[in-house]
Amino acid sequence: MIEDKDFSPDFIDRLTAGDRAAFAELVEKTSPRIYGLALRMLSNEQDAEDVLQETYLKAYKAIPDFEKRSSLTTWLYRIAANEALMMIRKKKPLQQSVELDDDNDEGEAQPEIVDWRYLPEKELASIETRRMLQEAIDRLSTALRIVFLLRDVQGLSVKETADILGVNENVVKTRLVRARLKLRDDLSGYFRERLVSEVQNG
Amino acid sequence: MDEHGHCKDYLKNFCDFIDGELPAELCEQLKAHLAECTNCTIILETLKRTINIYQSTAESERLPEDVHSRLLARLKLDDDWITKGS
Repeated sequence: MIEDKDFSPDFIDRLTAGDRAAFAELVEKTSPRIYGLALRMLSNEQDAEDVLQETYLKAYKAIPDFEKRSSLTTWLYRIAANEALMMIRKKKPLQQSVELDDDNDEGEAQPEIVDWRYLPEKELASIETRRMLQEAIDRLSTALRIVFLLRDVQGLSVKETADILGVNENVVKTRLVRARLKLRDDLSGYFRERLVSEVQNG
Repeated sequence: MDEHGHCKDYLKNFCDFIDGELPAELCEQLKAHLAECTNCTIILETLKRTINIYQSTAESERLPEDVHSRLLARLKLDDDWITKGS
């Protein structure tokens, strides 16, 4: 998790004064998380690496303009989120025009009721399950995906997520509810099949 | 679900409940409902587990070594800036 408390005022002073060692430290501390966000957002290693590099190139250029009282975490994630969204627009321009403001309630589907509450942890660690987890993320619209990744996977607050995306907190909350319920439904469908095949195979 | 519409009203509040942001009165109502409704309990518990699964995948996050090297090279940080402090 990237948190503001990881960056002292002294560190931010060094960073904004152009200290290369401070910038290197920022990269070391934050790049695994930024890469993780990009990889889950784009589901493509090369694209994620491009977004990672562009994020820090832009961040380095923008450091002189960084307001010391604002949040370094929010600032860095905002650059990364914008880079990832730009990459998506570039790759799938038609899809995005439809998806970005997609806040409609898509039907009133009945939630999947599959009791996988007590499914053993080892079931979740398989390569197949890990692939399914990413595929479920891929099926979310861009607007829902970025909210879920920032809030639930990166562990940011609703307010931070709203600041990063430039939307209000209610929009974040609404999208988060929809993203979580969709993912739960997807996982339930997947585990329903796993549980059935387990019974069939004894 | 006992009454479809009835359960659906509760479903809207599950996320606030999980995040500890549901007002006390609604929280009590939801708990009373959960005590009687197995389906809603399953949905709530699997929703919590869904969030936990994704959170745990992020905890072990690492930058692959080759991606890390290329990042430092691109940022011209691949001299002794990093190693200096370690």
